Amino acid sequence: MKGYEERQKLIGRIADSFHKGVYHGGERKITVPRKESQATSEKVVSLEEAIRRCGLRDGMTISFHHHFRSGDKVLNLVMDKIAEMGFKDIRIAASSLNDVHTPLINHIRNGVVTHISTSGMRGELAKAVSHGLMDNPVVFRSHGARGSAVANGDLHIDVAFLGASSCDPMGNACGYSRSPNAKSICGSLGYALPDARYADKTVILTDDLVDYPNTPTSISEHDVDYVVVVDSVGDSSKIASGAIRDTKNPRDILLAKTACKVIVNSGYFRNGFSIQTGSGGASLAVVKYLRQSMIEQNVKASFALGGITSHMVKLHKEGLIDHLIDVQSFDRVAAESLRDDPKHKEVSANEYASPDEPGAATKFLDIVILSALEVDTNFNVNVLVGSDGIIRGAIGGHPDTAADSALSIVVCPLLRGRIPCIVDEVTTLITPGPTVDVVVTEYGVAVNPRRPDLAERLAAAGLRIVTLESLLERALHVIGTPAPLPFGDKVVGVVMNRNGEVMDVIRNIL
Amino acid sequence: MEIKNAFAGTLESGDILIQIEPSDTPGLTIDLESTVAYQFGDQIKKVIADTLKGMGIGQAYVRATDKGALDCTIRARATAAVVRATGKDVWQD
Repeated sequence: MKGYEERQKLIGRIADSFHKGVYHGGERKITVPRKESQATSEKVVSLEEAIRRCGLRDGMTISFHHHFRSGDKVLNLVMDKIAEMGFKDIRIAASSLNDVHTPLINHIRNGVVTHISTSGMRGELAKAVSHGLMDNPVVFRSHGARGSAVANGDLHIDVAFLGASSCDPMGNACGYSRSPNAKSICGSLGYALPDARYADKTVILTDDLVDYPNTPTSISEHDVDYVVVVDSVGDSSKIASGAIRDTKNPRDILLAKTACKVIVNSGYFRNGFSIQTGSGGASLAVVKYLRQSMIEQNVKASFALGGITSHMVKLHKEGLIDHLIDVQSFDRVAAESLRDDPKHKEVSANEYASPDEPGAATKFLDIVILSALEVDTNFNVNVLVGSDGIIRGAIGGHPDTAADSALSIVVCPLLRGRIPCIVDEVTTLITPGPTVDVVVTEYGVAVNPRRPDLAERLAAAGLRIVTLESLLERALHVIGTPAPLPFGDKVVGVVMNRNGEVMDVIRNIL
Repeated sequence: MEIKNAFAGTLESGDILIQIEPSDTPGLTIDLESTVAYQFGDQIKKVIADTLKGMGIGQAYVRATDKGALDCTIRARATAAVVRATGKDVWQD
């Protein structure tokens, strides 16, 4: 080491020029067997401790994912603790909210929560918000827009509280567990991935603390600051029932058959095509009829995207769909497939649908089947606010997939009870008309005038092509003219578009 | 016209349950609960009132629970309720 000592002066000079310190030795080895040292970690703490150590303060933004949908237990658990610890003016950035989040009403009334951003809202909370519960409007974004806003800082997250079905003491987390103690499963953690990556602090809540290393890993330990073990992160049975159940509703079947005929004759139904469908009755039935056409015409898909359902898993297993790209698993079968099948790929919200991600999967999507609460005569779609003016849905990936796909097909009945689905102006603008190509109803198919090529092909295939105006007239003839909704002057919701622009506002309903 | 308690209809989606009772208050009193009250409440009440008046019922208490029924359904249920309340079968007589 003599030479090394001789070089000390030189080392000191170089360190100065690098603005770095000088190495002085003094390492100590940890010699305990690694199985012991890995069993615990300073990251594993109680929820209260995690909240404290993250440095949560009044006015901060915290985030949650909604992969457990109505079965979610994390948001209410964390919010109750935060309220108990006396925090105020907390801003919630949820990927979406469900009817299970009704307890937020009290946290809002008590000033614990003052701002919310989300993809959607349902149940009592949505009703209360629609009636003017909050002083600040709820900000609604699509999944792609949220991923983008989280990444570019428009939606800065201070602390992310993310439920995971398994996690090791270092923070490697998944939406499923391979251990025999598995308590829950939600599959893809796609909407949690941007939060884990971009939040200042990330806390994983898990109901199955497993041995290191929890691989393959969804959320990396690199993005995780604390791990909290809880009794349950969610009730997996409430994601959706695991069984494949075909709709028996004759109207849904007619809509599905028509939509399938549109797909097959659209010009996009060719080997290697890609497709996304929603989870509604008609949408699922489309997959069933499409499967028949794929077998008959020997056409195979390169990937199915989305919201993956057991229906899509079935087609994948039959060799009809090569890859599944999954931002959110819609049922247990899909979640288990994501766990077990390497060709069933988990993607983040950004990789799924971010407008500023060149490789977002939506940009390679040929066909998307979407539902709607309302479609107006300009092809604008509303999926968020009911025709009674009350928030009752979620934007989801609707505007993202409509805009990015080569062919967007909206499937909706002419009427739901006495409520028209074809209207002269949507209650709230969610997906702009220029991005919607075809509207399928049980009384005919409307093609956006922007796509005369498509109208020609579909007409040649024997589909009944109608105008949205004629459908609207038909609807009003049956139901009479609806009275205008009694909206107030308070803005209770703001709809952001994919590029972070304000697209519409939702006013309070009286 | 002399009436007794009667009802017609169901609580199925797309239907309406109409209950008719004698009333001491002059005129028709219609209590409506509807899933589409915002957009169609007044129209539903008008269809019920017109149907009842057209059948000679000018004084009654009506409780209507609507699940998005169309006007034709509302008229049919109101007519059936009146037939049962009065015992006078308009379809046969």
